[in-house]
Amino acid sequence: MLKINDLHVSYGGIRALRGVDLEVPDGKIVTLIGANGAGKSTLLRTISGLVKADSGSITYDGVELLGKPINKVLEMGIAQVPEGRRVFADMTVLENLKIGAYLRKDKAEIEKDIQWVYSLFPRLEERHWQLAGTLSGGEQQMLAVGRALMSRPKVLMMDEPSLGLAPLVVQGIFEIIRTINEQGVTVLLIEQNANMALKTADIAYVLETGSITKTGTGAELLADESIKEAYLGKKKK
Amino acid sequence: MDLLQSTLPYLISGISVGGQYALIAIGYTMVYGILRLINFAHGDVFMVAGLVMVYLSAAMPLYIAIPLMILLTVALGFTIERVAYKPLRNAPRMSVMISAIGVSYLIQNLALYITGGLNKNYPAIPWISDKVTIFGMETTRVTVITPFLTVILVAALVLLINHTKIGMAMRAVSRDFETAQLMGIKINSVISATFIIGTFLAAIGSMLYFTNYPGVVPTSGGMPGLKAFVAAVFGGIGSIPGAVIGAFIIGICESIIKGLDTILVVNGVITEQVGFSTFSDAFTFALLIIVLVFKPTGLFGEKTTDKV
Repeated sequence: MLKINDLHVSYGGIRALRGVDLEVPDGKIVTLIGANGAGKSTLLRTISGLVKADSGSITYDGVELLGKPINKVLEMGIAQVPEGRRVFADMTVLENLKIGAYLRKDKAEIEKDIQWVYSLFPRLEERHWQLAGTLSGGEQQMLAVGRALMSRPKVLMMDEPSLGLAPLVVQGIFEIIRTINEQGVTVLLIEQNANMALKTADIAYVLETGSITKTGTGAELLADESIKEAYLGKKKK
Repeated sequence: MDLLQSTLPYLISGISVGGQYALIAIGYTMVYGILRLINFAHGDVFMVAGLVMVYLSAAMPLYIAIPLMILLTVALGFTIERVAYKPLRNAPRMSVMISAIGVSYLIQNLALYITGGLNKNYPAIPWISDKVTIFGMETTRVTVITPFLTVILVAALVLLINHTKIGMAMRAVSRDFETAQLMGIKINSVISATFIIGTFLAAIGSMLYFTNYPGVVPTSGGMPGLKAFVAAVFGGIGSIPGAVIGAFIIGICESIIKGLDTILVVNGVITEQVGFSTFSDAFTFALLIIVLVFKPTGLFGEKTTDKV
């Protein structure tokens, strides 16, 4: 289980996270919704080790992650799909997948996992020789997810996978998230698309200006009046 | 026939000089590709390689001195990066550049202090300094070997970058520091590897270059360094094939301009020498200005991938 305790993070003089507590139980889909600038991305970046925390703790199966270098966090099985996909545009699709397995040395297993990713995203297999920059936005998102899966993560953290994608493509992405989860990968999902995220998630958290303000199951929050008003676009009477 | 016969020596020496520039230019272009930094100290590292060779060859046989020289040069390149650039990883790019200029002067002045500013005679390396005859003209063997050696080294480097894990990591880091880190790539190791490769090639280049010159002085790195830099810009900074082609073009043009008087006199175009050779350096820098004005990205400037 990934456990975050009283986490404080400052970012260029701004207190981005002010005492966040959050739990990601194994095998679940946990989502974190919130407006722009609430600190969602900062949280993921802190877990990955890209950003240093001021205080608090992040543990995975009881092991402290704070202070560990980025590659060690990844080695422990926590991978991130960065916001905006960030595929390596001038590498081929296959190279992008291979670089996802950068820390692994088991060649035969890597080969198997490439086939596994291809089975999740047949489109990537069709286009494996193409430069990643020539893919459509949705395909790039598939590639970014596939690339992260190549490290064989136990926890997959996704930063706004629906960003800038057509609704139909977004649905496809969320289906894939469920499929990946059913195959045993724990998912921590950050979204502005609260509707889709809450429908998909087992557990949901709401982050507002650096603090968790609400938590519950996805269905509970979906029915919550204040959430509806703030995030789901229901008009005030 | 006369034209060919009279141009050939300059062409051959130009190709050779181009090869030497290419080996230095790769160091500039690779470091730029990854750090977006013009490593002004690179030409001085090249000079230090020459000086180290002078001192080592006086103390030990060449078959030990040459590998040791390469090793020490590589260690210097590695150390410069760790001491002067790594602490500035998150600083504005201008700070790193100023640091590079500082390193350049530091090295030059240390060299001045150690050598007393005197010309240090470069050792004659047997075999490669020997005279050979090619197409009826006499030259040193190093002139003939240089372009081939350069092409072999560049081919090896391109293979390394395109087909190995470290090469893949280099390409990833040069595009996106953060995402590369998320893949588990240790960017500091990759950057160090880049400096090691760059200085290794510069060390080889210095051996080929100084063999044809009487000696090494603390400012010896300046001109070849600058020209290699121009070659890298001309070819499109960040691109390895670009730097190599740029270096060969500059080397050949420069050498032919140096010989232009003789070539024209021999062929009866002009009756007496007019002193074109003075302009050989000016040509290189005029080329730099022209490239920057008309095609700032150079011959093979960074390509952007378009969606299909």
